[in-house]
Amino acid sequence: MSHSETPYLQHHFETPEQQFDAGKLGMWLFLATEILLFGGLFCAYAVYRATHPEIFLYAHQFLDKRLGGTNTVILLCSSLTMAWAVRASQLGQRKLLIALLSLTLLGGFGFMGIKYVEYKAKWEHGLLPGTHFAPHAEGEAHGAAAEPAVPQPAVPKATPTIPPSAPGPAGTVKDAAPKLAPHTRGRPSNVQIFFGIYFLMTGLHGIHVLAGMGAIFWLLVRSIKGHFSPDYFTPVDFVGLYWHLVDLIWIFLFPLLYLVS
Amino acid sequence: MAGSAHPRVGHVVPLRVLFGVLATLLVMTYVTVAVSGYDFGRFNLWVALGIALFKASLVLLFFMHLKYDKPFNAIIIITSLAFVMLFIAGALMDVKQYQPNKIEGYAPAIKTNPQ
Repeated sequence: MSHSETPYLQHHFETPEQQFDAGKLGMWLFLATEILLFGGLFCAYAVYRATHPEIFLYAHQFLDKRLGGTNTVILLCSSLTMAWAVRASQLGQRKLLIALLSLTLLGGFGFMGIKYVEYKAKWEHGLLPGTHFAPHAEGEAHGAAAEPAVPQPAVPKATPTIPPSAPGPAGTVKDAAPKLAPHTRGRPSNVQIFFGIYFLMTGLHGIHVLAGMGAIFWLLVRSIKGHFSPDYFTPVDFVGLYWHLVDLIWIFLFPLLYLVS
Repeated sequence: MAGSAHPRVGHVVPLRVLFGVLATLLVMTYVTVAVSGYDFGRFNLWVALGIALFKASLVLLFFMHLKYDKPFNAIIIITSLAFVMLFIAGALMDVKQYQPNKIEGYAPAIKTNPQ
């Protein structure tokens, strides 16, 4: 096949098949790096949940299951419209392709809109990561707030509460050690770390949704210009792969963050 | 024109399959929300993860064409998933090793009891 018959074929590829397969391989390699990127955050999640399950049980009550579930349905449906858009581009159905890409973009807007509502509620209730964590009374779900400040009993100077020296690595000891920081009643300590993990994971995912929306908008412009045909639909296919990966990550984030039991 | 053309490369997934996958995904989403109300003891997390893995497999196989693709692409993605699991498993094993001996709220570098 000559290159003049196929204007989209780059000079360094022999055939459209070779070009398509090479591009697709590159796309899957990129998706693998994305999985590894999120893998680090999933690892932080796993370690923190393994050591402090009580924080996850407590803090997940602040996440709205209905909003999270709605967002899951929106992303799944937009995944269908994207997969259908790839099919439409393969079959040369230009009007259907434009309609389906618009629907997918709409799904992205819907997802980010709900995300905005969720983040705004967290912000207003002071449920923020790190040093910004300052839950207001009305933000506490189960009446853990408005707890009177109990004065700590004064520790006699004669019995210092210095823990026994640690024979193991720093901060560890073989025998049962006295608890220095007992949990305050109601709210376990260090809840802010849950919100650190929550905002990092959903935030990075949200950035990926925004990037995907940008790419879909680019596809929309090109499909209106009539750039795609059954001979050349590679960009639609590859952006589709990216959009499905974003969906894939949310499939794991939703039960792990919202449905803790 | 519409529907009659055939692509030079790639595989056209039938609409029946696409909608079937979406229906299954939505049902499984409902199931995962519904079962989160039940207590399976220590299997809670594994039930949720199992459902998520099943949903992810459907998306990978049909929406992302892996079922029809060259197997090399599947090898890449399965390998990356395997390495993420290895990474998390290794980190968890290390954490479990130290956790029972940890003194809560005590870090030697930080002065917790200035006297």
